Amino acid sequence: MKKWRLNFRVLSLFTLLAFVLSACGKPFLSTLKPAGEVAEEQYSLMLLSTAIMVLVIIVVTIIFIFVILRFRRRKGEENVIPKQVEGSRKLEIIWTVIPILLLIILTVPTVISTFKLADVKGMKDKDAVVVNVRANLYWWEFEYPNQKIITSQDLVVPTDKKVYFNIKASDVKHSFWIPSVGGKLDANTENDNKFWLVFDSKKSKEANGVFYGKCAELCGPSHSLMDFKVRAVSSDEFDTWAKDLKKAKPDVETASAKAGQEVFNESCIGCHAVDVKDNRPEQARQAPNLAGFSERERVAGVLPHNKENIKKWLKDPEKVKPGNKMSGTYPDLTDEQVNELADYLMSLKEK
Amino acid sequence: MSTLSQKKGVGGTIWDFMTTVDHKKIAILYLIAGGIFFLVGGVEALFIRIQLAIPSNDFVSAGTYNEILTMHGTTMIFLAAMPLLFAMMNAVVPLQIGARDVAFPFLNLLGFWLFAFGGLFLNLSWFLGGAPDAGWTSYASLSIASPGHGIDFYAIGLQISGAGTLISGINFLVTIINMRAPGMTYMRMPLFTWTTFVASALILFAFPALTVGLFLMIFDRLFGGNFFDATMGGNTIIWEHLFWIFGHPEVYILILPAFGVFSEILPTFSRKRLFGYSSMVFATVLIGFLGFMVWAHHMFTTGLGPIANAIFAVATMAIAVPTGIKIFNWLFTLWGGSIEFTSPMLYAVAFIPSFVIGGVTGVMAAVAPADYQFQDSYFIVAHFHYVIVGGVVYAILAGVTYWWPKMFGKMLDEKLSKATFWLFLIGFHLTFFIQHFLGLMGMPRRVWTFLPNQGLDLGNAISSSGAAFMAVATLILLVNIIKTTAKGQKVGGDPWGDGRTLEWAISSPPPEYNFKQTPLVRGLDAYWIEKMAGNKEMTPAEPLGDIHMPNSSFIPFMISLGMFIAGIGFLYRNDHAWGDIVGIIGMVVMFLSMFFRSWIDDHGFHIHKEDLVDDDKEAKM
Repeated sequence: MKKWRLNFRVLSLFTLLAFVLSACGKPFLSTLKPAGEVAEEQYSLMLLSTAIMVLVIIVVTIIFIFVILRFRRRKGEENVIPKQVEGSRKLEIIWTVIPILLLIILTVPTVISTFKLADVKGMKDKDAVVVNVRANLYWWEFEYPNQKIITSQDLVVPTDKKVYFNIKASDVKHSFWIPSVGGKLDANTENDNKFWLVFDSKKSKEANGVFYGKCAELCGPSHSLMDFKVRAVSSDEFDTWAKDLKKAKPDVETASAKAGQEVFNESCIGCHAVDVKDNRPEQARQAPNLAGFSERERVAGVLPHNKENIKKWLKDPEKVKPGNKMSGTYPDLTDEQVNELADYLMSLKEK
Repeated sequence: MSTLSQKKGVGGTIWDFMTTVDHKKIAILYLIAGGIFFLVGGVEALFIRIQLAIPSNDFVSAGTYNEILTMHGTTMIFLAAMPLLFAMMNAVVPLQIGARDVAFPFLNLLGFWLFAFGGLFLNLSWFLGGAPDAGWTSYASLSIASPGHGIDFYAIGLQISGAGTLISGINFLVTIINMRAPGMTYMRMPLFTWTTFVASALILFAFPALTVGLFLMIFDRLFGGNFFDATMGGNTIIWEHLFWIFGHPEVYILILPAFGVFSEILPTFSRKRLFGYSSMVFATVLIGFLGFMVWAHHMFTTGLGPIANAIFAVATMAIAVPTGIKIFNWLFTLWGGSIEFTSPMLYAVAFIPSFVIGGVTGVMAAVAPADYQFQDSYFIVAHFHYVIVGGVVYAILAGVTYWWPKMFGKMLDEKLSKATFWLFLIGFHLTFFIQHFLGLMGMPRRVWTFLPNQGLDLGNAISSSGAAFMAVATLILLVNIIKTTAKGQKVGGDPWGDGRTLEWAISSPPPEYNFKQTPLVRGLDAYWIEKMAGNKEMTPAEPLGDIHMPNSSFIPFMISLGMFIAGIGFLYRNDHAWGDIVGIIGMVVMFLSMFFRSWIDDHGFHIHKEDLVDDDKEAKM
């Protein structure tokens, strides 16, 4: 087949596929609705490979359907022995060379893209946005070394620029995945993995500013509940957010919240910090940093964020996330204590 | 003395099968054991799909779910698919090459018992504190941290089973190299024998990697080792490498015999010789060879770096070429033929588009940056189920139906077989096609549940509905087997009518010694050539003479039992004082049995020429 005909077919298949596939999934979660440079590049590769493969499938299907219809044994042919054909050198060459050519078309962008997506040289720039991601059972810690803050569960990022990630795990292997923004990278226990993502401002509006993050490596019973959320904001908003968070203090006004703070400071504070400037070593940071907790997207990563659910989580964490590391670390709380703690937690603002 | 004319009670039959070294009976043992484990794995699959039918479901608890998904994968691959493929290899390969048995009949039985005891050991975990729960891949950091003994059952159970597989692999390699009938050059071997040959070579080189990995896991979990503990200088990524250096060839061990089955069925039911035989052989060998070069495509997101990822991406894409060659050769086998849609042929025909879909998603996943999205998502689950169910399971269903009359002397009911086929086809595509999209829409794999309002509800409901179809299809197959066993009609040597290869030249089932006289092979499709020349039987290559047969033996059972006991002992070594003692007792039983085998001369027995002449009329097992 002439090369331009091949290209034209591939291109039109490409376009058709893009239309069909773009209907699939939610803008905050689907890889088919790429919301940044990395996801877009991976999406183009998906389209290219799908287009080439659909071409192959069409060719195979046409031959297949023709063959099973045309050469069925018909009545009266019970004793017919067809001509025994040994093979065809010409055909063998054709169906070896054409697939090789198709694969070359696929290989070149693959290799280029593999190297491009691994290029993290820019991480060393002093104004680079870098996030140290630490994956734990079953929560995510996000440390911003250049902004000097540590948060968890909600990943706040600036749009339209590269955000670099250093990813590791503290207990078992996890994997860091924000499907609509880019592919995943494993969180290993013995090394840091590095990559970059870009969060597109226009696409993030379509997703209401929040992208869903998933753990993508089986890590235990609550692997499926180890979600995190990504809040994509403008670069200025990001800088403001980081500055404000550094100065934020718990806004404890009501009596209930004050009582909650006392309960908190008796036991929770052993693991949970409420200040983004947490100077404890990594091993001591055994629980999510709760600074700004009241403005988080979820409770424990999965429950809609409201006071009821905070109380539900505190009363019986094991029921919400089986196998989580907070269960059993504090004595049973009375309903009053749970209420007071919830009020305290709702007072932890971002500024 | 020939057992042909002995009648046996139930006890006698059980003893016969427990101690037989006859490849045909061992095939039946593999069929029964593999079939039982297929049902177990199928029930586990049903539980998975019930749990995932609706969001935030609690049909099973999160911890139990992880055990179910682990056992589903482990059981299906190691205890169902591989044994069922071994069943067919045992039943067919010696017949196809004109041999009387495999090279090492005693080891053949040992391979079976090791597999059976390993499978039993693994499944005991359900009753003894919990099954393994770290996935069939059992990645090191999670496995080392997994409480209870589940992972120990996994590691030791697979070690025992794996020993059996390795032994059987070597057995088939030697059999095919040494025991082909006169005139059967390598390039006149049927494709099923060729694929068995290459798969056996893969077993030989791949299983040791698993053996090493499992030993390191056992040492870490039970003997205080630190191979996988980063804080002590170990490394978890090495497990991933070892597992996949085994694991990737493993999937070719599964698919190559499946390709072989279809390379027999397609020519038979289109009455045409396999198109491009030499290319098919070459492609098989190339797939086997390349299969060892691609393992890190399972690790694209592990962080090996762009150079490694790029190399493995290109190598993985390369495998598509010989696979594509095979697909086209099968299509052109059908071209110009006279196609009869028997139930085995229906599977073969459905296999072609199904496997192509699975294969192309594999090529898509070979594009490393795209795989950063696919990996560990339902896209990959869809991919491998398409190739395994659409390839291996179809081949097993097809091959078992195709060779059933040869093994048992009766044909399965064709109407019921076709009902199984259609229901299974519908269920398979319903369940797995939508999973491609679930993965692309952001659903990770190995998830106990998914939350509502993320766009995943409808896809999962559709996927779960397909499971019901496959369950019903399997039940119909069971009914078919029971019905046929009870009152099926007896058939002759070539019941499908168009047999091309040597197994169809003898009675169904064959006599104990297979061929009264080793046949003379005059070309590819040896039996077909004779048929076309007007001969009813094969030309013998030797005069009638006494036939040397091996004796049955209880020792393989004892060796395997010893290893099983050792496994139990060592598993409990840190909980009970008797652990190490029982472990050592088990090893003593094992080595004593082996010693007994080596020390006592066993020269087998002879079937005398005079008895052979009458045996044609009796064709009973």
